[in-house]
Amino acid sequence: MSARSNVPIEGSFQLIGGKFDKAGEASTSLKKKLTEMGLNVEIVRRASIATFEAEINVIIYAAAGWLRYYITDDTLRIVIEDMGPGIENIELAMQEGYSTAPEWARAMGWGAGMGLPNMKKNSDKFKIDSVVGEGTTVEMIINL
Amino acid sequence: MKLEELVKELSLDVRSGSNGLEKEITGGYASDLLSDVMTRSQPGNVWITLQTHPNIVAVASMKDITGVIIVVGREPQEETLNKAIAENVTIMTTPMTTFETVGKIYELLNKKT
Repeated sequence: MSARSNVPIEGSFQLIGGKFDKAGEASTSLKKKLTEMGLNVEIVRRASIATFEAEINVIIYAAAGWLRYYITDDTLRIVIEDMGPGIENIELAMQEGYSTAPEWARAMGWGAGMGLPNMKKNSDKFKIDSVVGEGTTVEMIINL
Repeated sequence: MKLEELVKELSLDVRSGSNGLEKEITGGYASDLLSDVMTRSQPGNVWITLQTHPNIVAVASMKDITGVIIVVGREPQEETLNKAIAENVTIMTTPMTTFETVGKIYELLNKKT
């Protein structure tokens, strides 16, 4: 797209487990950036949902994590890495409706088992790696 | 229909973001599951929920929701209102249930169009 410069844009956010008051800050900021870049609203919408869900997952499950994004001329790459408990069964975790979220998170309206499926649905490429006791890394690529 | 007409018709209590009252409503979505709202709400919708915590502001702002209606007389948390004021999100409260609130809005919007 001619409107964008050829310089890759990147940014990162630190996410702290349990910090619900901060939830949405990374995704809101990314949304703003993408909107300012003049990207298609549908792409901005998908990126915002995917990032928000990722943020929430780190906040619910992990002690801390990082969200990094990289924007080039044709892709938006979002990487979320956490120091969390890890996921025992990824296949199960990817099933819509399956959740191991604690009761307090469910009471807030999270933990409906929609997070990971939503992330996958809203990205063009989705990769998840997890090691129990070490953490989880999710990589999402959205074509621009 | 403008949000302020809805506020008047349903006697909603506006708790934050009163400068958003002249915005148009495109429809509505009712759910207490935040991922569901993120997926299915449309820009310009009113969102009917019983959630009161600050994340509703983030979701509403992210999805360009015209206003959030908190039902059954629940009180939004202080932090929710602070965030809503900062982010210019209109939050309203009503003693009605989700069912009654949605029913009335549905009727009003269909009468208009």
